[in-house]
Amino acid sequence: MATLELRNVNKTYGAGLPDTLKDIQLSIKDGEFLILVGPSGCGKSTLMNCIAGLEQITGGAILIDQQDVSGMSPKDRDIAMVFQSYALYPTMTVRENIEFGLKIRKMPQAAIDEEVARVAKLLQIEHLLARKPAQLSGGQQQRVAMGRALARRPKIYLFDEPLSNLDAKLRVEMRTEMKLMHQRLKTTTVYVTHDQIEAMTLGDKVAVMKDGIIQQFGTPQQIYNDPANQFVASFIGSPPMNFVPARLVAQGGQLHAVLDSGQARCELPLPGADLGLEGREIVLGIRPEQIALGAEGGNGGPSIRAQVQVTEPTGPDMLVFVTLNQTKVCCRLAPDVACQVGDTLALQFDPARVLLFDAQSGERLQATRIANTVKDNMAALGGR
Amino acid sequence: MHSPVDKPALSPSRLAIHAVLLIAVVLYLVPLVVMLLTSFKTPEDISTGNLLSWPTAITAIGWVKAWGTVSGYFWNSILITVPAVLISTTIGALNGYVLSMWRFRGSQLFFGLLLFGCFLPFQTVLLPASFTLGKLGLASTTTGLVLVHVVYGLAFTTLFFRNFYVSIPDALVKAARLDGAGFFTIFRRIILPMSTPIIMVCLIWQFTQIWNDFLFGVVFSSGDSQPITVALNNLVNTSTGAKEYNVDMAAAMIAGLPTLLVYVVAGKYFVRGLTAGAVKG
Repeated sequence: MATLELRNVNKTYGAGLPDTLKDIQLSIKDGEFLILVGPSGCGKSTLMNCIAGLEQITGGAILIDQQDVSGMSPKDRDIAMVFQSYALYPTMTVRENIEFGLKIRKMPQAAIDEEVARVAKLLQIEHLLARKPAQLSGGQQQRVAMGRALARRPKIYLFDEPLSNLDAKLRVEMRTEMKLMHQRLKTTTVYVTHDQIEAMTLGDKVAVMKDGIIQQFGTPQQIYNDPANQFVASFIGSPPMNFVPARLVAQGGQLHAVLDSGQARCELPLPGADLGLEGREIVLGIRPEQIALGAEGGNGGPSIRAQVQVTEPTGPDMLVFVTLNQTKVCCRLAPDVACQVGDTLALQFDPARVLLFDAQSGERLQATRIANTVKDNMAALGGR
Repeated sequence: MHSPVDKPALSPSRLAIHAVLLIAVVLYLVPLVVMLLTSFKTPEDISTGNLLSWPTAITAIGWVKAWGTVSGYFWNSILITVPAVLISTTIGALNGYVLSMWRFRGSQLFFGLLLFGCFLPFQTVLLPASFTLGKLGLASTTTGLVLVHVVYGLAFTTLFFRNFYVSIPDALVKAARLDGAGFFTIFRRIILPMSTPIIMVCLIWQFTQIWNDFLFGVVFSSGDSQPITVALNNLVNTSTGAKEYNVDMAAAMIAGLPTLLVYVVAGKYFVRGLTAGAVKG
């Protein structure tokens, strides 16, 4: 049980080499579940190794329970870690694997036996205690690796892509189990993944990383609804957000984005956008689920007719691809929508939820407005 | 898999293969057969018969005499080989462990330089080694010879262990460090138990090298501390009296038996160890 705080953490592997971690700054409360997510090579595993003490940071400080642990060796930080490869000791039985850390810490044998029994029961691996890791399936190995971490009752758990070696079905099962486990034990956890669904479903807080820099740190909802830049917006969400390049024109004291489907044109009003942006090349960010079917001139929102290029029925959804401004756009529609390739659909957008990004830098152009809108929406949901 | 029935048992190509193999087997076995036959012959038998003829009377007289002559040197060899093998293997294992899992600044360069040792011919180290042994006061002692073998063997043993340990995932060491284990605990409790195949390879390799060594033995020992290879040479090269081929052959067999025995006992590990890393356990 502990808080974790990173203050301006830097890591470089030598003068002249690019920084692996740059000014990492975040803090989580006791019992929170922090997700570090990003593409491979973004520094998330390095950051985890730094928290564990397996690698030394070159600047800043790491605090556990307000105590600076930056100079401490891994064994003194009271941290347990589950590795992607599980890293079970191959010559030891499951029981010996779980006991190892406790024996090193000179816990009396009676207490060790009790602890092993508790963990084995918790993870339902009692029948495997006498086996060697090589005799276990991937899912069982994963449980044993978790058991080894749980047995020590450390201040913080670190998980380094623990589910990525499991097959798809088992991964979903273990994900739920992991969340259940955290709800029961309420131990502060840092979890590294490149899977955005794991990031969204497991985390209390998510830090999206790229090139050693935290792009955004917030709750999953903030990351999803209010991404700081185009990278975060593209990384979180499946199918990913559509990015449509567009030009802004002023009309009646309000900015509009010009959309062209090849069959029709539409000027999408952007109520909150700053008039100073007029004439700028921007990128519109529209999530597939924020595009709806609408009758032209129907209930409120602006709509545009577009020809269906490809349909992908996924079961729960019908993904329909159309072209807007020469860009392929994915729309997530209800599965019972009957449409064929070549049909023309009227598509409707919610202007309040459309995001604006700078075409060059990818930065968000109207961060606060959306934040407020989302807050309003949340309030409205809460009031219902 | 195809059953052997699918193919004619004796196709021409198969015959050719077997013929070649047979010739190879004969080539390798004939010297051994000659040695064994000769060692059990009487001196008269040897001077009258030819090399491959069966002994007219089988006698162990050659073996008894040979053992009487070389037994002291046989024990010398054991006193040299056993400590040298154990020490060089132990240090090699520690070296390999450090060079693969506790890398330090310059460790790659260190390993590269160490590898040079594998390419150094025995002859090049004779003078520096004898100079060093002289300075240490270890000239012509068993301890000195052990030291030379250990130092010369380290390049090989380090290479073996380092290459074996490189294939062991880093995460194991990291996990053990988080569990609170230190440098030696990790080595003893986690790494060593996984090392059986490579330890076997190392033991066989070093045993064969050191037991069979002649050059270091002849240069760095004298008189009663000489290893069996040197004693054998002295025995065979004596120019006084009649040549006792049966004794020579028996002595050569005695000198060769321990390495043969090691291969028979631990040979399966040798092949297994050399291919280890290809398949992870």
